Amino acid sequence: MSQSPALSVNNLRKTIGKKDIIKGISFDLYPGEVFGFLGPNGAGKTTTIRMIVGLIKPSSGTVLIGGKNVQTHFGDAMKDLGCIVENPELYSYLTGWENLEHFARMDPSIPQKRLHEVVELVDMGNRIHDRVGTYSLGMRQRLGIAQALLGDPKLLILDEPTNGLDPAGIREMREFIRFLAEKEKLCVMVSSHLLSEIQLMCDRVAIISKGSIIRVDSVHALLAEQERVVWKAEPLEKAESLLREVTNVTRSEGHLITLYDENQIGNWNRMLVTAGVEVKEMRTKLPALEDLFLELTGGEHIE
Amino acid sequence: MNKLVHNELLKLFRKKRLFVIILIIAALVPLFTYAQYQEVKTTREKLGNVDWRTQLQQEIVDTQNRLSSSRMQDDWRKYLKIRLAQQQYYLDHNINPQAPGAPTFMRVFVENSIDLLLPLLVMVVAADLVSSEASGGTIKLLLTRPVKRWRILLSKYLALILSVSFIVTASAVLSYAISGVVFGYGGWGMPLLTGFSTSGEELVTNTVHLIPQWQYILMEFGLVWFVCLVVGTLTFMLSVLLRSTAAVMGIMLAALIAGAILSNMVSSWESAKYLFMVNLSLTDYISGMATPIEGMSLGFSLIVLLVWAIGGLVVSFAVFTKKDVY
Repeated sequence: MSQSPALSVNNLRKTIGKKDIIKGISFDLYPGEVFGFLGPNGAGKTTTIRMIVGLIKPSSGTVLIGGKNVQTHFGDAMKDLGCIVENPELYSYLTGWENLEHFARMDPSIPQKRLHEVVELVDMGNRIHDRVGTYSLGMRQRLGIAQALLGDPKLLILDEPTNGLDPAGIREMREFIRFLAEKEKLCVMVSSHLLSEIQLMCDRVAIISKGSIIRVDSVHALLAEQERVVWKAEPLEKAESLLREVTNVTRSEGHLITLYDENQIGNWNRMLVTAGVEVKEMRTKLPALEDLFLELTGGEHIE
Repeated sequence: MNKLVHNELLKLFRKKRLFVIILIIAALVPLFTYAQYQEVKTTREKLGNVDWRTQLQQEIVDTQNRLSSSRMQDDWRKYLKIRLAQQQYYLDHNINPQAPGAPTFMRVFVENSIDLLLPLLVMVVAADLVSSEASGGTIKLLLTRPVKRWRILLSKYLALILSVSFIVTASAVLSYAISGVVFGYGGWGMPLLTGFSTSGEELVTNTVHLIPQWQYILMEFGLVWFVCLVVGTLTFMLSVLLRSTAAVMGIMLAALIAGAILSNMVSSWESAKYLFMVNLSLTDYISGMATPIEGMSLGFSLIVLLVWAIGGLVVSFAVFTKKDVY
């Protein structure tokens, strides 16, 4: 990509005591993309995000937001950033509107009309003048996004944005995030431990485990690489032993699963047929990120 | 910075903290007024039907007799002369020294609330100024704005100073307005003795002089404001250090009460005079009460409190600007 990155994380480390929490991670994010940050709970997602937004001081490494270093040019860097870290915790004794006013006052470059714009954008309607204490989680999530968008950021960081939302809310959030990236050309970074979520809304994904990034790639490429073929054949045992001679086979619930290899798949089929095996079904299957994750981390448990 | 302080005041106001404090003062002042009123009544009954003017006249004659005696040290003679001037003033201006007006009530109220009541009220405001943002998680939103951390903390501290000023002013206004209903609103010009100091076991009286009550009260409220600010600053520091508002309040409450207890029992533990909580009763220096520990003076206590407050501020800012927020 020729654009300059909206976020550039360079060899970021965090050591607490003698323990390495984050072991030197690097990645770049570009405008207009939704970037998934995926890992099991405790892998270091939130610590990394907190270092990016300046809440935690990195032990070493740099974070550039729109080219500005968070450590040395905090104010400038923060102008390009909107974020929700973990839950959208706002002042429950103020109304939604007062919360927005409160945060708008902290940045003189935010014009008054921007408040109306963000309220419209997240579709809060008249509930904006109710006390936040009376909001549902979904409403609070929207208000959280509204406050994150106040400063017209180039980078939006959402930590577990669908946590606790109902299915309709999750769908709505997903569409909204896509909208922000595609129409508003924002760069959105979404962390999640829910793999299906990332799969549905992200362009690229970084997989983090035990403080290191295992892989950064486009979701599409990752999935394509791990494509599988599911075989249904009679007799199954014979088919399995034949296939085993040429590739890795796993057996599950009356199916055989092999890797997908475009050049070989025809030969394998012919081999089975000539050996007298009746091939009843052959289909390709995209693995869920769940499977992928287990494979990449060597079976580390995730939810 | 104005806008940041605006934010902090808005939050304070909407949390209704200041409102509750005003309510507490407004509830307590009538209580104290009644107690004071009862005391005056008892004194009056003890004196019987003797007219207070006659009694004052008698006291003046007594003092004059003692002054005419030749075997008397100079400083004591000077002190008696001032006493005499004070008594004469009461008589000339038809002021009954046993019957207080609202300003006298204010003075007594402030002298008795300087070491515990008002610091406690200030503590209620200061305790959750920072810790509530940490425990509520809103600190994450606050610190990811294009505003440096020290400015956010400074805005909170300025809001604290304003709140302290508000609480002290409100307690002055309320104690005057409410007690005046019973005692009358006069008595601002009444002369009072001040300028006492202690040297060793002795009360040094050669610097004693008379000042009008309004000046006396102004001085005392200035001292109260200072004490409240110091207590507020230390609470503020704990609020930065601890996430739990309850813990902040607990520690501060323990310290303040320990101060009240220690003041009565540390006379031989000399180094205790460097603790901030035994130095809170600044008004005692003006009224000439005995100090809890030998060698304490108004200047000493002011410096001790100032050092504690500056220390608290330094710790607050150092920790707040550096700490990792989880």
